[in-house]
Amino acid sequence: MTAAPSIEDLLRDLAPHVLGAVARRYGNFDDAEDAVQEALLAAAQQWPADGLPDSPYGWLVTVTGRRMSDQLGSEQARRRREGLAAIADSSGARPPVPEHDDSLQLLFLCCHPELTPGSAIPLTLRAVGGLSTAEIARAFLVPEATMAQRISRAKQRIRESEAPFAMPSGGEWPNRLRSVLHVLYLMFNEGYAATTGPRVARGDLSAEAIRLTRMLHASLPDDPEVTGLLALMLLNEARRPARTGPAGELVRLADQDRSRWDRRSIAEGVALVSAALPSGAVGEYQLQAAIAALHDEARSAEETDWPQILALYGFLDRMTANPMVTLNRAVAVAMVDGPAAGLDLLDGIAEQLAGHHRLDAVRAHLLEMAGDDDAAIAHYRAAARRTTSLAERDYLTSRATRVGARASRSTTG
Amino acid sequence: MKYMLLMNHGQVAGVPPMSEWAPEEVQAHGAAMMAIHQELAANGELVGAEGLAGPDAAKIVTHDGAGAPVVTDGPFPESKEFLAGYWLVDVESEERAIEIAARTSAAPGPGGRAVGKEIQVRPVMHASPDAEL
Repeated sequence: MTAAPSIEDLLRDLAPHVLGAVARRYGNFDDAEDAVQEALLAAAQQWPADGLPDSPYGWLVTVTGRRMSDQLGSEQARRRREGLAAIADSSGARPPVPEHDDSLQLLFLCCHPELTPGSAIPLTLRAVGGLSTAEIARAFLVPEATMAQRISRAKQRIRESEAPFAMPSGGEWPNRLRSVLHVLYLMFNEGYAATTGPRVARGDLSAEAIRLTRMLHASLPDDPEVTGLLALMLLNEARRPARTGPAGELVRLADQDRSRWDRRSIAEGVALVSAALPSGAVGEYQLQAAIAALHDEARSAEETDWPQILALYGFLDRMTANPMVTLNRAVAVAMVDGPAAGLDLLDGIAEQLAGHHRLDAVRAHLLEMAGDDDAAIAHYRAAARRTTSLAERDYLTSRATRVGARASRSTTG
Repeated sequence: MKYMLLMNHGQVAGVPPMSEWAPEEVQAHGAAMMAIHQELAANGELVGAEGLAGPDAAKIVTHDGAGAPVVTDGPFPESKEFLAGYWLVDVESEERAIEIAARTSAAPGPGGRAVGKEIQVRPVMHASPDAEL
């Protein structure tokens, strides 16, 4: 990219509005999306050299329209293009206030429940986020051709499902919004805990998810779950600087240097979740954000308000019936009522999560708390064998070694 | 989630080596493999795939870090354990990786019957953790 950051930011802010306008006019999301990408690329090359056009929005709409005409190659398209050019010329120096909330409509389309998250995330990054296919491919560590094909297939699916480029109807709305939130949540998690080397690009996915969720929050400021999701992301992102040690090793929450947490993100996240919760429509993102806020507000691990966290996990567990939530609740139970109570809770989900490394990891942690070192070592090692994360494997292996060293010291000393 | 699907060089019991298949059987097998490859590429699931030359063309290298490297030429007694090829796929779930492996295994051999070759499905490790600890 040759564009200066400010031009790049401007382009990415304008991208969904340009796409919205063109897709609506031509009634063709699929081709419009390709044409916008080409226009963005042309702008990124020309603007730094030639300076900003009087109306960046108008310029992009005009160039996109021209590409559409080239693609469609018809007289009808030419007339449309002339119409668009006229609109662009009259649009003035500032982008007009969009008549429709384009970014919101595009999010509903790209995060369509018909698409798997693996397709919805890249499509959203491109169509709403204005990222290039090459950038998205780098973030997912796959060849550009693979990503191009995945995005093209996703668009084809949308075309086949005849999903209208429009707001979902009233009855459909909650389901579609849930799907948007889920895709943004997964996009954020894709970049989780990334710090250095090849992980930088994945870290950008978290930043991207926050940017898009901010956009969604600006469109729907009164939706408590949208607010809750944004708060959750900010409160987790705030801990990123402390999550890895100097050699890139994982540092668990209890051992993190809290002075390295990002106080501004914490303050913003806490304010958001505090505003959302009293609305009464409590959902899982608000609950997760409230838990993250309690961790972030504790000045030390010892001062963590575990009884409150346990109460919140109780609500979350009942709401989601997700065994992964029960796993986290077991840790909170152990902190409040002791490791034996936590281990009892794990027994209840052992069958559901059999063979999952997180079950072994949590069990190992609680056994270590209980002082059952041999069993703790065995479960840390089992978890290390089962995880597909290199960072977790190294952490779990070193944990087993550390418990082993402590055990042998206490028997010899 | 990325998975590597691995196929070894070894023969399946009861299935003659490909050099003894009829030309149209070889062709049908190749066409089935190509169809899977094209589907993976079209879906944006294919990250990479290669077939490897057989053990006869292989060399095994060891080096103790001091003297000259030791280079061993074939034939190798355990040639059935040599990798014949791999597919690196990025898919939505383990179920999908297994489905692709199963179809690869079932590619037709002599008489149009599935060859039933063993395919290893191996998750690819990733750098970052899945959750905070």
